[in-house]
Order: sequence, then C-alpha cells, then structure tokens
Amino acid sequence: MNLAIRGLVQRFSDPRSGASTTVLDGLSMTTGDVQALVLVGPSGGGKSTLLRILAGLDRPVAGSVTFDGEPLPQDEPGLLRYRRTVGTVFQAYNLFPHLTAMQNLLLPLVHVHGLSEPAARGRVQGPLERFGLASHAHKRPAELSGGQKQRVAILRALVVQPRRLFLDEPTSALDPEMTAEVLEMVGELKASGTQFVLVTHEMAFARRVADEIAFIAAGGCPVLASPAEFFDSCPDPRIGAFLQRTLHA
Amino acid sequence: MPRWLAHGIVIALLAAGGGWACARLDMTWNWGVVWEYRAAFWKGWWTTVGIAVAALVVSCLIGLVAAMMLRSRWPLVEAAARVYVELIRGTPLLVQLLVGWYVIAAALRVGTDYRAAVGVLVLALFSGAYMAEIFRGGLDAIPRAQIDSARAIGLAPWQTLRLVILPQAVRIVLPSIAGQLVSLVKDSSLLSILSVGEFTFAARNVNSATYSTLESYLPLAAGYLALTLPLSALSRWLERRFRYEAA
Repeated sequence: MNLAIRGLVQRFSDPRSGASTTVLDGLSMTTGDVQALVLVGPSGGGKSTLLRILAGLDRPVAGSVTFDGEPLPQDEPGLLRYRRTVGTVFQAYNLFPHLTAMQNLLLPLVHVHGLSEPAARGRVQGPLERFGLASHAHKRPAELSGGQKQRVAILRALVVQPRRLFLDEPTSALDPEMTAEVLEMVGELKASGTQFVLVTHEMAFARRVADEIAFIAAGGCPVLASPAEFFDSCPDPRIGAFLQRTLHA
Repeated sequence: MPRWLAHGIVIALLAAGGGWACARLDMTWNWGVVWEYRAAFWKGWWTTVGIAVAALVVSCLIGLVAAMMLRSRWPLVEAAARVYVELIRGTPLLVQLLVGWYVIAAALRVGTDYRAAVGVLVLALFSGAYMAEIFRGGLDAIPRAQIDSARAIGLAPWQTLRLVILPQAVRIVLPSIAGQLVSLVKDSSLLSILSVGEFTFAARNVNSATYSTLESYLPLAAGYLALTLPLSALSRWLERRFRYEAA
C-alpha cells in the first residue's frame, strides 16, 4: 500500500468545558509501497489518533488521506462502507462479552457481509485451527486468556478478508508471555502477505516486522524511515531520546 | 447446614413468635366470614397482577427513554429527565396519585371510568423514574470500546444498538428490573385510595363489611408474597446467570 497524508488536523473538545486539544497539527507524510507500516512514538503523540482516522473510525478536522491513490471518504455513510473493507484491532475489550468466540467471529460475516451461518462457520474453521483456537471457539471472552482474546479479535478482523488491518497497540494490555503469542500471530500475517498498519511499543518487534517505521510525536513532523535507518543511524535527535527512554523503561 | 433447613428454621421461629403473640392477645378468629368473600379477594388479586404488568411495560418504556435523555448531549433534554427523576423519586407515590387524579386528570376532564388507567399511568411514571436510573447504569456500564469494536467491524448504528449494546445492557439491568417489579407490585396497593378495585381495595372492603381486620389483611400479605417471592427468586437467579459479564 501507498499511504499519503496531507495536512491532517485532529482536535478534541471537552463537551463540558469547551476546551479543545489539538492532537494532530497538520501532519503530512507519504510512504513507499509497503506491506507493513509501524507507527511508534511517545504516548500522547497522536499515534492512536492517527490510526483511528486511517481505520475510518474518526473524521479529521482537516486534511486528506489516500491509500493507493484512493481518498478516504469524508462522510459517515462512506466511512461505514470503508470500515467494512478493512479490519481494526484495539488494545483491549475488542470482543463482545455476551457472545462466544465463535459467535464473535460469525457476527461480522453474517450481519455485515451477508454470509449464511453455515457458510460463515466454514469460513472461520480453517483459521481457527491454524491459530490454535479451535478448542476455544465455544468459550465466552471471560473464559479466555488475554492473549487468546486478542488472537480471536485479530481473527475476527481477518476472516472478512479485509484489504488491510489496523492494529492499535494490540499487546499493551498483555503480560510478556501473551504479548509473544499475539506478536507471533502478527508475524505470521506479515509472512502471509497481509497488509497492515501497527501501533506498538514493542521496538524489537517493530524492527523485525516493519517495512517502514513512522515516528510520530506531538507537534513535529513525522519521521519515516526503514527499520535499519531508524534504529541504526537515527535520522532525528528526537528518535534517539525516545529510544533511550524506551530501552531504559 | 443446607439452605432449605436454614430457611425452615427461620420461618418456624417467626411462626412461633406470631403464634405466641396471638395466644397472648387471646384472639378469636373469624375466618368463616372472610372465606365468604374469597371471590372478591381472587378478583382483586388478578387486578393487581394486571396493574403491575401494565405498569411494568409502560414504566420500562418511560425508563428507557428517560435513561437516554439523562445521557443526552443537549443540556435541556438532560435537565428535563433529571428533574423528572428527582421530582418523582423525592415525593411519595400517595401524593403523586392524588395530584394525578384530583388535579391533572380532573383538569383534563377524565371520566371516573378511567381511574384505573390513570392509576396505572401514575404508577408507571413513578416506577419509570427508578427504571431510568437502572437503565442509565446499564448503558453506562458498556465500555466505549464496545461501540468502537462494533463500528470497526462495520455494524450500522441500529445494528450496534440491537446486537451489541442492548443484549449486554439488558443482562446487566435484568436483576434490578426484577427487583423493581417487586416494589411495583407492592406500590400498586396505593391505587386503592383512588378506589381502583385491586387487591388491597378488596381487603379493605372485606374488612369494613366483616369487621375482621386481621382475617382480611393477613390473606392480603400472603397474596402479595405469592407474587413478590417468585420475583425475588427470579432476580437472584438472573444475577447468578449473568455474572460472567463481570470479567
């Protein structure tokens, strides 16, 4: 995918006090033709805000986004249609707790993409087995571990055969062991050719999986670099400071 | 100790205390006369069931609308719902019934044939204020991320409400709603002051016809318990049934 962002502005206003915070202030960047784009940077720098716009969940105040030359819709009906062609995974609380893992997977297939239930079950069976989740399909989220929940969530985004995935810190709420199992799954997506944009604090993983890394920090312009450039030659002093803090955290 | 045995002991102790009090007061029972009026009790009891069911349905609708208004972004809408809830919850149902019938219904020239309907409506408005807070709690308990997830998989807003929010909110509020229904059943006894022919009104009539106060009102208590005990049990069962939601 080629992602081009022009002058993206996003502001949030407090409904009570009316005070507004500018999170993205004219962000622009253009990637090469990448399969995996990883967004890194300090907390509060706007990574998740940007990802939510890319995923069609929020509308920016100003600016434009194009994927492979195709502009992101600007109205809610258009964005709804757009969201149906992509997949998004959040940090936590992705799954619907009143439904089993299987029902969570079937929901978008049946109610959004119009598959019959048997057809939908046929579609999810293979992926469930491939990612070692088949024996958990009948369980509700409360009976699954954090890592299993997150893997089911990724699968739910995947089984609708989206053009690309957006993953917003999918391992931030997990302990190291579960982080590893989720990252392994994301690694397999990379190997199988799935396009995705990932926000993460796992620097070693970012280095391994990214085709390009975008460093996003409040105020300034993002820095785009290949993983080798990013970690070895440090194209911007802010990145050096950020990596220092991350490694010593 | 098994639970049924514990309950049995407590009930036996209560019965013994009641029996002791009656013996000490040297009561003479007059159940025969009251038995003659069993049809009146029966009819009143069913009227109470009907009133409670009708008021429940209407109060659920009122409560749901008021709960959504309480969560509104528009201050005027939120204020209207807040004033309604606080005004109703802060005043006695007795006063609301009197105002509803002798002031509002009278001003609207509502005929006496409709006293039961007005009573049900006031009762529903009363119960709806409590329902509103129950529903608001249920809706507030759904994390924002659930709505994000629903939007992310491409559900339309009405699908999000139907497939994601309501199923979860209903599970959360069902035990409280069943509990509220217990109150509703008992509160419906106040409709007797509007001469609505429900259960309590029947007992009052039997009492004034027979001068057998306890023989009239003890069956009344038993009749209410026959309705409220199963509802309490239902409420507790629902609570256990949906506990998994917590995780």
